Amino acid sequence: MADTLHSSPILVKLVDTAEPTRGHALKPYQWTGGTRAYLVPMLIGAATLAVSLVVGFSETFREQFYFSYLVGWTFCLSLALGALFVVLIKHLTKASWIVALRRIPEALAASFPFLALLSIPIIIGLFDDHGLYHHWSIDGIADPGSEHYDEILAGKVAYLNKPFFLLRLAFYFVIWTLVSSKLWGLSLRQDLSGNAHIAAKQRKVSAWGLPLVALTTAFGSYDLLMSVDPHWFSTIFGVYFFAGAFMAAFCLIALLCMFLQRMGMLRGVVTREHYHDLGKLMFAFVVFWAYIAFSQYMLYWYGGIPEETIWFRHRLEHGWETHSAILLVAHFILPFLILLPRAVKRNLPLLAVMAVWLLVMQWFDHHWLAMPVLHYDQATFHWLDVSCWIGLTALFLGVTLWRLSRHALVPQGDPFLAKSLRFENV
Amino acid sequence: MLKRLVRDLKATMGIYQAREDRVYGLLAEFEHPGALLKAARTVRMAGYKHFDTHSPFPIHGMDKAMGLGQSKVGYITFLGGATGLALATWLQWWTSAVDYPINISGKPFFAIEPSIPIMFELTVLFSALFAVGGMLLLNGLPRPYNPLFYSRAFARVTDDAFFLHVAASDRQFDLEGTEALLRDAQAQHVEVIHDHGYSELHA
Repeated sequence: MADTLHSSPILVKLVDTAEPTRGHALKPYQWTGGTRAYLVPMLIGAATLAVSLVVGFSETFREQFYFSYLVGWTFCLSLALGALFVVLIKHLTKASWIVALRRIPEALAASFPFLALLSIPIIIGLFDDHGLYHHWSIDGIADPGSEHYDEILAGKVAYLNKPFFLLRLAFYFVIWTLVSSKLWGLSLRQDLSGNAHIAAKQRKVSAWGLPLVALTTAFGSYDLLMSVDPHWFSTIFGVYFFAGAFMAAFCLIALLCMFLQRMGMLRGVVTREHYHDLGKLMFAFVVFWAYIAFSQYMLYWYGGIPEETIWFRHRLEHGWETHSAILLVAHFILPFLILLPRAVKRNLPLLAVMAVWLLVMQWFDHHWLAMPVLHYDQATFHWLDVSCWIGLTALFLGVTLWRLSRHALVPQGDPFLAKSLRFENV
Repeated sequence: MLKRLVRDLKATMGIYQAREDRVYGLLAEFEHPGALLKAARTVRMAGYKHFDTHSPFPIHGMDKAMGLGQSKVGYITFLGGATGLALATWLQWWTSAVDYPINISGKPFFAIEPSIPIMFELTVLFSALFAVGGMLLLNGLPRPYNPLFYSRAFARVTDDAFFLHVAASDRQFDLEGTEALLRDAQAQHVEVIHDHGYSELHA
């Protein structure tokens, strides 16, 4: 697979907008993991995904497949967006502690062109009358004479229609790609020249990039996840999506650092002090997620208006109440208590367990958002849920690792690198 | 036994008892923060427990050099949080379901949903109060009286001087031996501090 990628510039461009710069990397910052480290996840991902696609597009599984794929794909999208937020906020706050491991969120955030390619099944699902968005995308929704006529959705048709949906999706990906590839390019140029002015440019891009990415993330979550149940609406939904994404990004950054260190890279670069800070941020955004989730729930509970509460009702009956309870306990109460002590955040095996746990919960959360629309009468897990998730995630990680292997693993030209390497928690 | 325990507990707060003969301890001055850091390590390695350092600004690595370890204030904060949570739950239940139940748009008298903001707020409030209270309890502040103030040189501690104080209450304290140790650790001056309850300068 690596050979085809190397010989095909368009595919390579899709994965990494920059030319490889690994030849200029300082010795201790070079990729030494060989090709297996990224080929194995890539192949596992591609194979699992291929099986899911072939089976998924058969008549029996198609409806299930669209939803399973959506959950797996938005999971990967949330990781890339969370990582992009990490980079943007890092530049804007001039945070120096994270510089030593900055290349990892940068590489994760450079995935948008590749994720856009993987959105094809979602778009096919848009045009299927039994697909993801059929509640609003079916013909005749705004025609009083049609059997599909829906008075509420007729009022939303100016926003919820197929051409505008596609246009918005394209716009989001253009913005995300533009901001992330600009930051990626600047960061790699900083490696080569060590030019001190590049830090100011990164800050500048982040200044206009952050509000744009924030708005497109919110609207992206409305379009992709909220509109599967188009009668319902929640203005805080975008923040809810962001909270989970940001938390999951820190989990994945910590896991990737541990993985690279196991392979013998980043030794002495990423220290316990950095992991401690990643753990603090994981903890903080576990709490933030719960805060936002509750803010959404409480207002609808107080209002008690049927068209709003129905969404929660679907998630509190027919077995979905178990999923809701698991979300409360395993996405908030237990991680809150476990991640609270300092010792846990400084214990790498424990932190790794918590990072995997919370990544699973992030997927479980997206599953809980989308799946009750399809299986409103009985809570289930389908094997396609798992195979789409594992396939997409493995492919996403393999491609990210391959992108990492093409450049220095540490932003060696950053003026604050030395400070970050010395960083210690008080 | 109990007296010893109380004395050691107070010593962790930086409050040391003077000896029978009113000797409070030895105050050594050092030239720069590095020398103070080294001296703190030397004194700790020599087995002293009742000693403290004083400098115009925080010195990086001093906690480690003095062997202070991790602060216990987090546990007190957690206790405060749990207290606040429990109190808020009881408050919500008692006021809305027991003492003054009112039917508001058919909602249950006591429900967890509208109670959570109060539970959250009181958890945060009590955590904060316990954190501040615990901090003051553990570091023995505010402390308007300190025998070290009798030393004329010590006035410069908020300006440009670096001091290490070994208390006489330490089991290993010995006027000659401790002074020799401090001088070996590059102290510029070593002064015996007496605690008479008044300043010798005006006596």
